[in-house]
Amino acid sequence: MNLTLKIWRQKDSKAKGQMVDYKVTEISEHMSFLEMMDVLNEQLVNSGEEPVAFDHDCREGICGMCSMYINGEAHGPDRGITTCQLHMRMFNDGDTITIEPFRAAAFPVIKDLVVDRMAFERIQQAGGYISVNTSGNTQDANNIPISKHAADEAMDAATCIGCGACVATCKNSSAMLFVGAKVSQYALLPQGQVEAADRVKNMVAQMDLEGFGNCTNTGACEVECPKGISLESIARMNREYLSATLKG
Amino acid sequence: MSGILNSSIGRKFAMALSALFLMIFVLQHFVINLFSVLSPDTFNEISHFMGTFWVVQYVIQPILIIGVIFHFVMGFVLEIKNKKANGVKYAKNNGAANSTWMSRNMIWSGGFILAFLIIHFIDFWIPEINTKYIVGDMSGMHNGEFRYFHELQEKFVPIWRVALYIVGFVFLALHLLHGFDSAFQSTGANNKYTKGLQGFGKAYAILVPLGFIFIALFHHFTH
Repeated sequence: MNLTLKIWRQKDSKAKGQMVDYKVTEISEHMSFLEMMDVLNEQLVNSGEEPVAFDHDCREGICGMCSMYINGEAHGPDRGITTCQLHMRMFNDGDTITIEPFRAAAFPVIKDLVVDRMAFERIQQAGGYISVNTSGNTQDANNIPISKHAADEAMDAATCIGCGACVATCKNSSAMLFVGAKVSQYALLPQGQVEAADRVKNMVAQMDLEGFGNCTNTGACEVECPKGISLESIARMNREYLSATLKG
Repeated sequence: MSGILNSSIGRKFAMALSALFLMIFVLQHFVINLFSVLSPDTFNEISHFMGTFWVVQYVIQPILIIGVIFHFVMGFVLEIKNKKANGVKYAKNNGAANSTWMSRNMIWSGGFILAFLIIHFIDFWIPEINTKYIVGDMSGMHNGEFRYFHELQEKFVPIWRVALYIVGFVFLALHLLHGFDSAFQSTGANNKYTKGLQGFGKAYAILVPLGFIFIALFHHFTH
């Protein structure tokens, strides 16, 4: 298929970016979206132009690196996938595809389609962990009974890959689905109870400090999340936070 | 607990509590108004009681006014903060692919409700306050009978006012279609009852404004 691509080009974090049009031809419908971008970049390199910078790593939907806002949606028009899992069969011959970086004040553009998502790392560092003594006498986790239901729910929350699609798609650039998932992951397990109150307070404080917006429960994040993290995570975080704050 | 309103979740919680309070108020307002259709005498008696009982006038009314102002001010503050969090605007954004129009436009439906409320205050609340507290007439009587029902009927004679009220209630319905569920989610209530609550919320959001519209039309066509 032959396509017109409208891509955000920005030289560096300080430069003023703009949308630039490119044509790509003979794109196979079996290609992934990133492979189509590789074709474009080969074409640009061969013609002596600067290739389009975009994030990617595992290319199998696990690392959460590939971002991109494609035709007005985080990771494009398909559901439950990252951009590397988006196939060109989702598009038609002759289509014009708009490709932009994830937008949020807390996700500044580094170059072209690459954004700085270190804000997520700093939120994790503020409390997204459990303190375990790893001196060699660590207790086997299987010694602590956990109900199947709690384990399943914690696992669902833990599948969050921190890709940032929730922030990118949210009209308020809110990070509450991400933080909700990380808080829930530990709040549901006995190992997470000891630091539960400090965790949620510190992570929410860091989230606010990073400049993410306020959730207005549109549910767009849940729809666009490649791992299907539910709004229940946000509700749980709200409960955890309110309980921790009201108790002091 | 200090500084809870300085956090994003604290602000959401406060917004939700004010919303839940206002939804209860709207429901009781609707029930009282419905009596104007079912039994004008009962409507007069309830109106007189609500308009003269000190708990309603000096305790509940100020709380309600504070609740309304808080909900609007916080709504605008959150909107400004959220816009600041956005950064550069997308060249193409397909919001309809993942969320409802109502959820994305709460600030607009809320803004129209605010405009409607100002008109509503000028129509009913200010004349009422003037009669009771400026003129000093607490009797609730006019020409030997209760004035409330007749005043209500008179207000809905001009069709332009009826049309204005219909538009106001359409925006209230749009606001509630997202706001009802959203308030519960913000308080952390997302559990096995959520689906049922969403159904109830949709019914509330449609039936209550529709009921208000019916009452306005009823008085316009029956007076």
